[in-house]
Amino acid sequence: MIRLIKISLISIFLSANAFAGSDGSLELSKKNLSTKDCFEGFNRASFALNQSLDKAIFKPVATGYRALPSPVRAGTSNVLENLSNLITIPNNLLQGDLISASTNTLRLVVNSTIGILGIVDVADLLGFPEYVKEDYGQTLGKWGLGHGCYLVIPVLGPSTVRDTAGMFVNVLGGDPYYNISVNGNNEFLDGQLYATTKILSGIDFRAKNLESIDNLEKNSIDFYASVKSLYLQDRERKISNSKKVIDTMNDGSWEEIDTN
Amino acid sequence: MKKFFSFFIAIIVLSSISNNAFSISPDVFIQSTVNRASQILSLNISKDEKISKLKIIAKETVDIKGVGFYSLGPVRKTLNEDQKNNYSKLFERYFLKSFSSRLAEYTNPEIEVKSKEVLNKNYTIVKSVLVGTTERPEVKIDWRVYTKYPDNPLIRDLIIEGLSLARTQKEEFSSILNSNNGDINALFKTLEEFSKN
Repeated sequence: MIRLIKISLISIFLSANAFAGSDGSLELSKKNLSTKDCFEGFNRASFALNQSLDKAIFKPVATGYRALPSPVRAGTSNVLENLSNLITIPNNLLQGDLISASTNTLRLVVNSTIGILGIVDVADLLGFPEYVKEDYGQTLGKWGLGHGCYLVIPVLGPSTVRDTAGMFVNVLGGDPYYNISVNGNNEFLDGQLYATTKILSGIDFRAKNLESIDNLEKNSIDFYASVKSLYLQDRERKISNSKKVIDTMNDGSWEEIDTN
Repeated sequence: MKKFFSFFIAIIVLSSISNNAFSISPDVFIQSTVNRASQILSLNISKDEKISKLKIIAKETVDIKGVGFYSLGPVRKTLNEDQKNNYSKLFERYFLKSFSSRLAEYTNPEIEVKSKEVLNKNYTIVKSVLVGTTERPEVKIDWRVYTKYPDNPLIRDLIIEGLSLARTQKEEFSSILNSNNGDINALFKTLEEFSKN
């Protein structure tokens, strides 16, 4: 039943996206169009709620987390990153990137065993290539689906229709960690631990970005628009799997500006 | 005739030497700019004093007018001369305040220029890293340098970990214009208020 509800939710999101555009065509198939803010009213309200939650809960907790000794934070961060391999590896495969899938599988094995459940990033010490996270939203993007409308999810933050659909794939069987902890029948892992891991990931991210987010907020004339822009740029870069700067700045309008 | 020919050759050689003598390599330009900024940030002076000094560097090294017009997007083509002048003034005040107060948060940042990539005769990307500390990881910073006039290179964008600040600003301005039915005066007012606060 829960599975049916989840599938229905994805369908609703996808169909809403398909009809939100004014030209009547499926937005998700238009990879190169700028992302529409079809739900701006809802998004801004959700953004305001998230900011309030951030000020009341997430920021103080992240500040406390930052006070922990550096090795504790690094170890926590490594464990969380190691767990994320469980989503990255199937996505490497779905994107046809067999080399990264093999490397990340080896990384997961080495870090989970020699690295004591991922506390120590042994793979990094051994000179493995830099770890690049992948998720189902990125895979959908790689397969040619556009962002769809921009979406700010209460508590979870910025996303798009495509990336939200990608998140649902995690709980529909795409995340082995979720399957084992929530659906699996074992005495070591449960749904509570899964939720704790996800909350910890959020705190870890917030703690790493305390100053930069404060700085951005302080110097933005429309903080909502800044966050939206940065989120979408980041997703574009991740989907293209490109480290080349030029790709993120393919904007011809620079060329016509001559101020000297 | 021979004398005239030699004179002509000498003129060409001299002019080419003088052109090259004043051109500044974009990577050298960036390293020298960040060194100047770093020096100011490490000084034992008040934050306001640091901001004033950083503003001077920004005025000399950033193409503020160019960044301003880029941030406006296609709307810039619809402005009359008065509006353009007004916008340029407002944008400069806004940019200097925003840019310098962002930088002033850092104390003694160490930036190392790693390489450069020439995109075309007008643009070079200079790649650098903000060296990591125990508090923050290493951050990749790329600089889009406008090199149309090689003797006076200017910064047009900062790309931090692949995220363009100019593009972010452009989308921010676009959002303000969209929320106000494209009224440029609404953007002027927002910029003015930001600079006053």
